[in-house]
Amino acid sequence: MDDNHIVEIRELVKRYPVGGGHFTALRDVTTDVVVGEFTGLVGPSGSGKTTLLNIIGGLDAPSEGSVTVLDMPLGGKNHKELAHLRREGIGFIFQTFNLLPVYTVFENVEFPLLLMGMNGEDRRSAVNQALEWVDLMDKVKSRPAQLSGGECQRVAIARAIVKKPKLIIADEPTANLDAENSHNVMGLMVNLNRELSTSFMFATHDEKVMGYLTRIIHLIDGRIDEDEQVSKPKYREGK
Amino acid sequence: MMLFKLALRNLIGAGTRTWLNVFVTSITFVLIIFMSGLYQGMFESNKRIMIETEIGGGEYWHPAYDPQDPFTLEASHGLLPDAIADQVTVGVATPILITQGSIYPEGRLRPVLIKGILPEQQVVALPTSTLSGYAGEAVPVLIGAGMAKTTKLKVGDTFTVRWRDAHGTYDADEVEVISIMNVENFQVDQGQIWVPLERLQQMLDMPGEATFVVASQETNLLANPGSWRTMSVDALTEDFRRIMLTGQAMMSMMYLIFLALAAMGIFNSQVLSIFRRRKEIGTLMALGMPRGRVIGLFTTEGGLHSLLALVLAALYGGPFMYWTATNGIPLPFDYAEIGMLISPRMVSVYPAGLFVSTTLLVTLIVTIVSYLPARKIAKMKPTEAITGRIN
Repeated sequence: MDDNHIVEIRELVKRYPVGGGHFTALRDVTTDVVVGEFTGLVGPSGSGKTTLLNIIGGLDAPSEGSVTVLDMPLGGKNHKELAHLRREGIGFIFQTFNLLPVYTVFENVEFPLLLMGMNGEDRRSAVNQALEWVDLMDKVKSRPAQLSGGECQRVAIARAIVKKPKLIIADEPTANLDAENSHNVMGLMVNLNRELSTSFMFATHDEKVMGYLTRIIHLIDGRIDEDEQVSKPKYREGK
Repeated sequence: MMLFKLALRNLIGAGTRTWLNVFVTSITFVLIIFMSGLYQGMFESNKRIMIETEIGGGEYWHPAYDPQDPFTLEASHGLLPDAIADQVTVGVATPILITQGSIYPEGRLRPVLIKGILPEQQVVALPTSTLSGYAGEAVPVLIGAGMAKTTKLKVGDTFTVRWRDAHGTYDADEVEVISIMNVENFQVDQGQIWVPLERLQQMLDMPGEATFVVASQETNLLANPGSWRTMSVDALTEDFRRIMLTGQAMMSMMYLIFLALAAMGIFNSQVLSIFRRRKEIGTLMALGMPRGRVIGLFTTEGGLHSLLALVLAALYGGPFMYWTATNGIPLPFDYAEIGMLISPRMVSVYPAGLFVSTTLLVTLIVTIVSYLPARKIAKMKPTEAITGRIN
């Protein structure tokens, strides 16, 4: 694997059993993602965006082909090894935030570090830093139910970045946000991308998100229809 | 440790649902321990009553004596073997002579056992000293409060008693109730009258004879008392012990029902948790929690229910059990009337082993029923769990 590559996908096929037959969600997908890329998977519903993200995140397994993420070939890996990959190297941001409802903001952001077994002092420091990044220091004791949608997504971003992963996977991160909050969270992610060289992979059909992407992979019916490098993203300044 | 902290955080965060389960489980704890303690207390109390008022430290039986067969009474009397007589002489044993007879209080016939006992004996806790010093011409008799109630006899009442002596001759005499004793053991109360031993020996023409001898708790039973049989306390309480064991089996069924109720509550709650929290479970998996730890988290949550229940049970059950162990619970009616030796006030006994075994049992069952639905989580696909779908 190229040192610069964070994801390598070769001839990936994903089929789901449907009734007596199969539905093919991804067909012969071959692509790479390099360090620091701000990539979006774009396409209509059912085009395979989320399926591809799930496979890259080790949440789903390919039917054919190979996927290597952070130097780990995912084929044949067991649940424990895949969980380790997600725990140590990948951050997730979900459309519906997926915050743990009984935990406070601080505890939600702290959770990935608890899983990693980080000691208390380092943990507190990392959580505070992440919350400062997303400007939520005044909400550390709030619970998700007490936050707005935009604040929830900022907590989710803080939770994804707190362990400083090399790759962050975001599935429709702005789908439940208004325009102002969408720009806010995307702005945050752009800053992270710039300052920490964290690679981002989005699944989206939100025009606002597309305006920040430096690379757009168009998926149609499970195939890569177009792989476009964006030299001047619409909303991204100073690129 | 991390799982424990997370589980505790989840439990406390779940609020009412947690406390309802904890409350139900705590009731199980209290009920099982209380019922076991009550039963244990009943057994120990009844055994103590039997020892104090009836069997002392054991008995020596005439070879023909069989308390289960009244037809043997006519033949079961004789002079005491020397070794037993020596114990009687020094006051560590007391002979009892029994015969069948009839009494006629208020003109109605009632079959009774006439029991002769040394008025000065101190071997069994019966107020037999009231039989001494009677100056009247009638035969002085001591009866129990139960007998007095059923025959409507009171102190000073006289009535006729009829018996058959050693030669088979029927005889009768007037007796006078000189004392009524309150004794918890109906086996020395109902259907019997107590008279001075010497007087009964005269009435039956059986001088120096007895049916059995009760030894004091403070003396050692003679292993080989001549032709008479030695009956230890264990042998004399064996039937009672067996009855209690039978009852214990029935109690065990009740414990199982209590446990099943608590287990079903926790199981139901855990299953509901899985459906309600499937998105959370998917998130945990996506964040990198291995399946084994997810199962561990939910199992620990369930196990913690029993720990919290134990604390709650100690808070309200502790004082209650202390009260039942010190004051006892008065029974609503006299069990002697249905032929059961049960103390009118049941004082519970709670051995440490009861607490330990109940805690272990409840915790084990609660943990198992938490583990079972948690295993289902392991089969859930993270991609489906994240979106809240059920596979």
